[in-house]
Amino acid sequence: MATVLSVIAKLLAGTNIRWVDCHPDTCQRVYFANHTSHLDALVLWSSLPRPIRALTRPVAARDYWERDVFRRYVAALLNALLIDRQNIKVHASPVEMMIRAIGDTYSLIVFPEGSRRKSDEEMGEFKSGLYYLSKKRPDLELVPVFIDNLNRVLPRGEFLPVPLLSCITIGPPLWLETGESKTDFLRRAKEAVRRLKDV
Amino acid sequence: MSQLSVAVVGIEPLLMFLAGRDWLNVRTRWLLGVVLATLAIANVVVLVLKRQPENSLNAAMLRTINLRVRAWWMMCAILVAGILLDYRGTVLLFGGVSFWALREFVTMTPTRRGDHRTLFWVFFLFTPLQYVLVGLGREFYGLYSIMIPVYASLFIPARIALSGDYKRFLERSAKISVGLLICVYALSYAPALLDLELYTTRPGGATSQESILNGPLVPAAQSEQAQSEQAQSEQAESGQVQNAGRKLRPWSTAAEGSNAGLLFYFVLIVQLGDVFQYVWGKLLGRRVIAPEINASRTWEGFLGGLTSTTIVGALLWWATPFLMWEAALMAAITALTGFAGGLTMSAIKRDRGVTDTGTLVQGHAGVLDRIDSLCFAAPVFFHLTSHFFTPK
Repeated sequence: MATVLSVIAKLLAGTNIRWVDCHPDTCQRVYFANHTSHLDALVLWSSLPRPIRALTRPVAARDYWERDVFRRYVAALLNALLIDRQNIKVHASPVEMMIRAIGDTYSLIVFPEGSRRKSDEEMGEFKSGLYYLSKKRPDLELVPVFIDNLNRVLPRGEFLPVPLLSCITIGPPLWLETGESKTDFLRRAKEAVRRLKDV
Repeated sequence: MSQLSVAVVGIEPLLMFLAGRDWLNVRTRWLLGVVLATLAIANVVVLVLKRQPENSLNAAMLRTINLRVRAWWMMCAILVAGILLDYRGTVLLFGGVSFWALREFVTMTPTRRGDHRTLFWVFFLFTPLQYVLVGLGREFYGLYSIMIPVYASLFIPARIALSGDYKRFLERSAKISVGLLICVYALSYAPALLDLELYTTRPGGATSQESILNGPLVPAAQSEQAQSEQAQSEQAESGQVQNAGRKLRPWSTAAEGSNAGLLFYFVLIVQLGDVFQYVWGKLLGRRVIAPEINASRTWEGFLGGLTSTTIVGALLWWATPFLMWEAALMAAITALTGFAGGLTMSAIKRDRGVTDTGTLVQGHAGVLDRIDSLCFAAPVFFHLTSHFFTPK
C-alpha cells in the first residue's frame, strides 16, 4: 500500500529526484528541506528508494495529520513521527522524541522552517531543533534537500492538487562543526538548502 | 549503443503482428517501412558520430540530434501502439501526451495562487473532456471543435475573476488559455485524422468498378444517408460527391491507403520540416529571422526546409488521398505551420528565460519541445483535409 501511495504521489507531483554529491544510503540521516506545501513530506518520502523509505520517518505536525481518517491513514503508512506543536513538555521536547524515535536504525525527514511560510519567495529562518538534534547525535548525517515547485501543486489552503512538475534535489551531507555556534550552524544549513536551487 | 539492437529486435515480430491488422494495407505498410528505414539510418548515423572521439561536430549538436532521434522512435512507437489499439487507443495516447505537455507548459509559466482552482479544472475537466469528445468520433465534431475555444476560454477568465485576485489578470488568463489551446486543443486534431471519412479526386477506384446511378450527391443527402441503414450508406459511399467544384469519390481504405497512413504521413512531414530546416540552417544559414527569439532559425533554413519538405511530401502522395500537387501543397502548408509553432514556442520560452522546457524544473525530458510544431500543424492539416477531402 505504501508503494502504491508513493507511486501516486510521484506521478501527481511529476517529481524528478536528483542526488547531487550524495548517494542513497541506509545510514542514519536527517533530511532537512524547505517547506512549501502539505505534500512535502509525502512526496519527499515517496521519492526515496524503497529500502531507504522503509527506514525513514517524516516528522510532522500532529494537529494537521490527525485531523481526519485519511490523513491519519497516510501518516501511519509513512510511519510519520507526529509532534505536538501546542503543548511541548520539558522532558518530552520534540528533539528528545526524535532521538528516541530513530534509535540506531531510522532516519528522519524534517522541515526546520516549522510551519509553511506565507510568501512563496523566501525561505523562512530555521528553527533550532536541527542544531540540538545534531548536538546530541553528532553521528547523524544532515542532508539538505531542496523542494522546487511543489507549492504550486498544492498551495496552502487548497485541497485539490494541480499536476504540475516538481523537482527534489538532495545535496551533500553536512555535520555540526566543533565549536560552531547555533546561529552560524543554522545559517549554514539554510544556505546549503538554498544552494541546491541553482545546482 | 543498445538502442539500435533493441530497435531491430523489436521491429521484426512487430511487423509480423502488424501484418494481421486490416488498416495496414500495402501503401500504409510502405509508408511505415519508409519511416522505419529513415529512423534506422538516422540512428546509425548518430551511432557512427558517437563513436568518433574527435569529430568535427560539437557535443551540443550531437546531443540535440540524439535526443531528436530518440524522440522519433518514441513518437513512432506511440503511433503504432495507438493504432494497434484502434481509434480510441490513439486518442488516449495523444491525450496523455497533451496532458504531459500542458504540465510542462504551466510549470514553465508562472501562475499565481489565485489561478490554482482554474488550473485544476483545466487539467482535470477540459483536457480529458476534449479527448473524450474526440474519441467519441465525428458526430461530436461540432462539440469538440468549439469546446476549448468557446467554453474553456470563457470559463478561464471568469474562474480567475472569481478567485478575487485581479493582479495581471489578462496576462494570467491568456497564459492558461494559450496553454490549453496549444497543448490540448490543437494536438487533439492529430488523432482526429483517423476518424475522417476520406474522399479523393484521384481517378479510378470505385468509379471504374461501379456505375454511378445516383450521380453526384448533394451534401445534405450524404450526411442523412450516413446515419441511415448500413446498406444505404454503403451505397452512398461508393458514389461520387461534389466538393468545391471538384468531383470526389470515396478513398478506398482497403486498397489505396488508410487514415492511419495519413496520420503517419502528417507526423512525418512535420518532423521532416523540422529536420530540413535544421540541416539547411546549419549548411547555409546566414540571415537570422528573429535573432531575439531564436538565433538558429534562418531564412535560408526556412526556405530550404520548406522546399525540401514540399518535395518529399509530394513524392509520398501515394500514401494519402491527395493528388501529387495537392500533397505538395499540404506538405508546404504543414511545414509552414510547423515552423510557426516552433517559433511561437521559442518566443514563449525566451520570455520565460529557458531554452528547453525540459530544463525548467530540472531533468524532465521536454515533451513540449518535441511537439510544438506538431501542435500548430495538426488543426490546419485536419481542417484542410476535412474541408476538401470529405463529403460536404
